Amino acid sequence: MIPELGNLALVLALCMAILQGTLPLAGSLTGNARWVALARPVAVGQALFVTFAFAVLVHAFAVNDFSVAYVAANSNTALPLVYRITATWGGHEGSLLLWVQTLALWTIAVAAFSRQLPRATTARVLAVLGLVAVGFLCFMLFTSNPFDRALPAPPDGRDLNPLLQDVGMIVHPPLLYMGYVGFSVAFAFAIAALVGGQLDAAWARWARPWTLVAWTFLTLGIFLGSFWAYYELGWGGWWFWDAVENASFMPWLVGAALIHSLAVTEKRGAFRNWTVLLAILAFSLSLLGTFLVRSGVLTSVHAFASDPRRGLFILVFLAIVIGGSLALYAWRAPTIGLGGRFALFSRESLLLVNNVLLLVAAATVLLGTLYPLFLDALGGGKISVGPPYFETVFVPLMIPVLVLIAVGPFVPWKNGSLRDVAVRLRPAALLAAVLGAAAFLVLHVTLAVALGLLLAAWTLIATAQHLVRNLLHAPHGTPLVARATRQGAAWWGMVVAHAGVGIFVIGVTLVKGTETADDVSLRVGATASAGDYLFKFESLEKIRASNYVGARGTFTVTRGGERVATLYPEKRFYTVQQMPTTEAAIDRGFARDLYVSLGELTKDGTWIVRVQHKPFMGWIWAGALVIAAGGLLAAIDRRYRSRRVPAADAARAVPDIAIPVPSTSRSV
Amino acid sequence: MRDRAAALLLCAVLAPAHARTADAALDHRVQRVTEELRCLVCQNQTIADSHAELAVMLKHQVRDMLARGATEREAVDFMVQRYGDFVLYRPPVKAATWLLWFGPFGLLLAGLGLLFARLRARQHDIESDAPDEELPA
Amino acid sequence: MKRYAIPLGIFAVLLVFLGVGLRLKPQEVPSPFIGKPAPAFTLARLDAADRTFSPQEMRGKVWLFNVWASWCTSCRAEHPVLVDFAKQATVPIVGLNYMDTRDEGGQWLSKFGNPYALSVFDADGKVGTDYGVYGVPETFVIDRQGKIRLKLTGPVTPEIIQKTLLPLIRELSHA
Repeated sequence: MIPELGNLALVLALCMAILQGTLPLAGSLTGNARWVALARPVAVGQALFVTFAFAVLVHAFAVNDFSVAYVAANSNTALPLVYRITATWGGHEGSLLLWVQTLALWTIAVAAFSRQLPRATTARVLAVLGLVAVGFLCFMLFTSNPFDRALPAPPDGRDLNPLLQDVGMIVHPPLLYMGYVGFSVAFAFAIAALVGGQLDAAWARWARPWTLVAWTFLTLGIFLGSFWAYYELGWGGWWFWDAVENASFMPWLVGAALIHSLAVTEKRGAFRNWTVLLAILAFSLSLLGTFLVRSGVLTSVHAFASDPRRGLFILVFLAIVIGGSLALYAWRAPTIGLGGRFALFSRESLLLVNNVLLLVAAATVLLGTLYPLFLDALGGGKISVGPPYFETVFVPLMIPVLVLIAVGPFVPWKNGSLRDVAVRLRPAALLAAVLGAAAFLVLHVTLAVALGLLLAAWTLIATAQHLVRNLLHAPHGTPLVARATRQGAAWWGMVVAHAGVGIFVIGVTLVKGTETADDVSLRVGATASAGDYLFKFESLEKIRASNYVGARGTFTVTRGGERVATLYPEKRFYTVQQMPTTEAAIDRGFARDLYVSLGELTKDGTWIVRVQHKPFMGWIWAGALVIAAGGLLAAIDRRYRSRRVPAADAARAVPDIAIPVPSTSRSV
Repeated sequence: MRDRAAALLLCAVLAPAHARTADAALDHRVQRVTEELRCLVCQNQTIADSHAELAVMLKHQVRDMLARGATEREAVDFMVQRYGDFVLYRPPVKAATWLLWFGPFGLLLAGLGLLFARLRARQHDIESDAPDEELPA
Repeated sequence: MKRYAIPLGIFAVLLVFLGVGLRLKPQEVPSPFIGKPAPAFTLARLDAADRTFSPQEMRGKVWLFNVWASWCTSCRAEHPVLVDFAKQATVPIVGLNYMDTRDEGGQWLSKFGNPYALSVFDADGKVGTDYGVYGVPETFVIDRQGKIRLKLTGPVTPEIIQKTLLPLIRELSHA
């Protein structure tokens, strides 16, 4: 009975979403204040129904209701409760419900925190979010309903994929979806602006914090996916340029471009068209990602569903949403003005260069990901495009980005002098060059590694220089705390995020450039080595848990005779799905990771073991976290939290509703 | 006589070490080759990383070939002859893949070029009636 | 103002490709041997270890080369179809017992039937690799001149026999 209520809730949510998507939008154009006022309550109502449906599904998992087909496919009585609950989003249908649930959360947030926006704008933004919800709710109800029954109910379920029975599963999808779906808010703001023909600096100020928060979530989501793959998949890799990984990386790149572009539009009113286009693009890539992993057009370890019929539905949805928004853009963008002037060498120009670079990077990832499909469709045969391609092409693209990341903050708005900036940055450049040369000549790293370290050093040194310079530049006698706070959270966000990039680059450069691994067949008592670490296979014991059996090895790691760590890699065999998993053992350190994983037991009784030494692996994670922290800092800047409508905005927020209403009054 | 015995003993002691480094070099080459090859029965993994039986078997074949004196190029070509271009993770550079290999760089040049041209043109657009919009901080 | 429509134009092209992509099968690996001579080999037979077989011996005939193994569950599913097909005596089927043991291979055939004119024993899979085998079962159609004309991956079904194999065999037999 209860699952039927869940289904009913989804149907009701769809009805409300249809209302949400149409009436307020129409009302904002025709001046119907009642329809405009409908936006908030209808949106919140839709969101609540979705939340109810989500709760119903979680409940079905918690009580092992195997009469629900989706629960039977993804759960099992032997599965621990926490994983039964996270199994809610372990498969295609449930993850769609998670998507819609996340959209519901963002919708409620927009409804709650948009008091300072003109009501017409809020109405339009919520309407667009409603239309997106309509699409996903229809997709669920018509092709992928999580509440479909399996009658008669099987006595037990088919269990959750063992790879997903992990802490990472609890947080990775929700965070990732918060990012993907969060870009729909920026998208909605863009559409609202195009519809209303109202696109100014105030619009950018409204849109920016939403975009920053979404981008921060996406950063964390991608980081977690990578972190999880690292220890769960068992071979020490953490980024494979797999189709699904690329599907998350593209919106991240465009989102980063969008954040920078919004900064310019907010501060100087320039780039308006371009920013709107980026907002549309970022969300479009999120949607494209949804299509790619569920339609079967690309193979991936990560693909949810390979159903061309479902793929067709999403494709049509893509055509309507993306095609529609780009058509709207083509029609309305010319009416939006140019914005402020700036010189050829200015911060605005450099930020535009940043945008071009990030967009070319995103386009490159898209090209590589879809090229096998293009070629096959044109009858050109089947090829594979994998890490060798991406690394060869992507890494050089990042070099100019890293060069500019340091330069940008030093260039003033409107008009800058190349000579002045060059002089100011000369010491930092020299120092970075010296460090790079030292790495090459003294530490004997490869040229590529030296270059990577040079660029990272350049980023960190210049960022630090900028930081110090700004802190020093205050009236004499100002205490440090005051100096720090007067910069504003957004500035700190930039500094922190840029520093995070530098840290990340150090990690990637050193791991990729200097890691060592060894794949050996070992008997108990034998040793293997990687770097100057010796791994001794001390013992092996059998293990058993509620839904798996396996073997656990004990390895002691020594270096120069001194014991460094004891590691316990496991090989598990999940009995319901008859699937083995490798649980790697990792000793994480400040300057290196030591990694051991058990492969197979061979016929002659030896284990294939992989041991790895990965210098500065932790800096990759640290860098990603620091970048996310930067994004968060920028989002909580005081100027976004002000409830007052600045006088300039009030005058410009021309109500296109016939009834004159003071813009500071509370509606509904 | 004693010297010869000592020399032989020395060789015996050193030989495993030498075999070890030769092995390590071979391992390294096998790794380099297999990292470029796609495991055909997996969803998306290299032969180097995959534990699938086919992958392990092919890895041994590569090892045998390299140990017998084949070059890395020859080992890769061996696989391509039998499985087609699909088995390569680094797509070959041929007419069908020019767009793939040169596209990104071309796009970069085009993008920067377009930007430069637009910014230059912009310098001449006089916006006398659009004041600079600076929002109060 | 046309340049504002460029993103829409690019998206439209992308959409077409994605639509076509829905009909493709990205997992299937096409064989580079179609139209090329079947790789030569000499392998011991499964039933008689002292006798060998080479594809040369089939010159002048159209024949099927089927890769199978006792550990392969899809082969089990395909086997009755092959046994039926062999009964119609259209063309001979030669089996390649892939990465198996003689005992288990032989037992499997006695248990489930033997549609093969003969089977060869490829213990280490080297001949399989030479033919570009990556999954079991696979079936090759080889013509009178010893060239591979078709490769099927996955189990042979009656439908495949009717729609694909028989027409091709007919065509090759009259060539």
